[in-house]
Amino acid sequence: MLRFATTRLISLTLSLLAASIVIFAVIEVIPGDPASFMLGLNAEPDTVAALRDQLGLGGSVVTRYLNWVGGMLTGDFGTSYTYRVPVTELILARVWVSLPLAIFALILSTAIAFPVGLIAASYRGKVADLGIMSVTQLGIAVPNFWFAMILVLIFAIKIRWFSAGGFPGWDQGVFVAMKSLTLPAIALALPQASILARIMRSSVLDTLDQDYIRTARAKGLTRSQSITRHALRNAMIPVLTIIGMQFSFLMAGAIIIENVFFLPGLGRLIFQGITQRDLVVVESVVMLLVFAVITVTFVVDIAYAAVDPRLRKRG
Amino acid sequence: MKLPKTLVLGGAIFAVFLLAALASFLWTPYDVQTLTISAKLKTPSAVFWFGTDHFGRDIFSMIMVGARTSIAVAIVAVGIGITLGVPLGLWAASNHGSWLDEVIMRGNDLVFAFPSLVIAILITAVFGPSALNAIIAIGIFNIPVFARISRGGALSIWTLDYILAARVAGKSRFRISLEHILPNIANLLIVQGTIQFSLGILAEAALSYVGLGAQPPTPSWGRMLADSQTLISFAPHLALFPGMAIVLTVLGLNLMGDGLRDILDPKIRRSRE
Repeated sequence: MLRFATTRLISLTLSLLAASIVIFAVIEVIPGDPASFMLGLNAEPDTVAALRDQLGLGGSVVTRYLNWVGGMLTGDFGTSYTYRVPVTELILARVWVSLPLAIFALILSTAIAFPVGLIAASYRGKVADLGIMSVTQLGIAVPNFWFAMILVLIFAIKIRWFSAGGFPGWDQGVFVAMKSLTLPAIALALPQASILARIMRSSVLDTLDQDYIRTARAKGLTRSQSITRHALRNAMIPVLTIIGMQFSFLMAGAIIIENVFFLPGLGRLIFQGITQRDLVVVESVVMLLVFAVITVTFVVDIAYAAVDPRLRKRG
Repeated sequence: MKLPKTLVLGGAIFAVFLLAALASFLWTPYDVQTLTISAKLKTPSAVFWFGTDHFGRDIFSMIMVGARTSIAVAIVAVGIGITLGVPLGLWAASNHGSWLDEVIMRGNDLVFAFPSLVIAILITAVFGPSALNAIIAIGIFNIPVFARISRGGALSIWTLDYILAARVAGKSRFRISLEHILPNIANLLIVQGTIQFSLGILAEAALSYVGLGAQPPTPSWGRMLADSQTLISFAPHLALFPGMAIVLTVLGLNLMGDGLRDILDPKIRRSRE
């Protein structure tokens, strides 16, 4: 187990290192240099020179990269050019929208997918199964930002249960805040729930074909008893792996969904950074998202290896 | 051989959009570049089948031309994935266990670990929003998908006797990969290609929705949805039709992928028999 954890940790570190190099390189290859890119075509040479100093663009590429990474490791993400405040401050203010949204969506997606997938598996080939499979097939094809717009049209504009966008802040009370995250979370969750329900179904069906289920049935368990007592636990392994992977989709999807609902989260911050050409904000927030995704994948891997010894061997 | 229903249905749905895209080169009911303010925000009618937008442009015509953008971006992005990913995968498989294999596959793992949409946004943001940059951003993430699937497929074929015979006959690894392995993994690639195609359509829509894909005046489905957002309360048709176009195209491709897998994947075929 320790060996597995160590190899995973090394691969996590390498992934993060490579990710930081890629992100840094993308920003670095901008035609001209970041300072003139951020200020636009009509900038005075003096202003560009001043910004170049401020951004620390004087040193070599390697020095700049090391400064950037070193800063991030100590929690210093640099200073936003447009907001004139530390990027860390901007991130801390917004992460309390993005993170709860992603978790809310993950819980919804799981809560929907589990029973739905299980019902489909228990009624394989019957009407319920065919119906669920058709709906989930449709769910996978729906772009979440369009689904979000339709939800706004129905629940915010027509029947006015929710607001069409914006976030009142947690100081207005948990209920109010969660209410404004509900439509975005549903929009994020449903397409993911469709994928998860289908995986849940096929995973349960795979385990139902196993010998130990036949033995359980032969010993007198009903089909549903054999599913709940034996098949479900074993079917969970692939399902949980997918849930871990879905976190990545939810974080990325949140970037778009936050724009639909005008939520002041990290996704909006990236787009504001892009439109204002604030590269310091863009590269740091993108790195933070990549870090979150890679770390969650790592934690999920370790958690499974702890639960299921068979997975450790794969190293 | 009887074709699976999913393949027929999915193929038919996709064919409608493909034909609309092709037809748009020759004919659209109205010109999508002409703004007719007097005809703005018309609801669907016999004159404007899907209604008009806030500039008086015909939505039906814009969806036809938008199909062109979506399909072209997705096809080229899949093309990039196949042209670069398949040789990498074959190369890794023909040198299985070597450091080269290791480097290629770890590199792939890395690209997989990235949240693709985030990086696509970064790429298009830095290099400027355009259909071409959207293609590159989506295409890059197709490379490891095809590398992995062709390596996996190739590895199982490398163990077969006729490959051993070819090696004894003195054929190089390169020739074996090209003449014996590639034709045998073509089925896998076709199925995966369909799936990546549908993901490409969704990714293109997302990028153009946030303004990082095809630029105006080129109509694109994602862009149409973005434009419709502020008008959705009194002109829902602006959001409805482009959205339906995306859903149906992706659905058609996914159904096609399922159907193709049913007939092309020998494992599934055997279990069906």
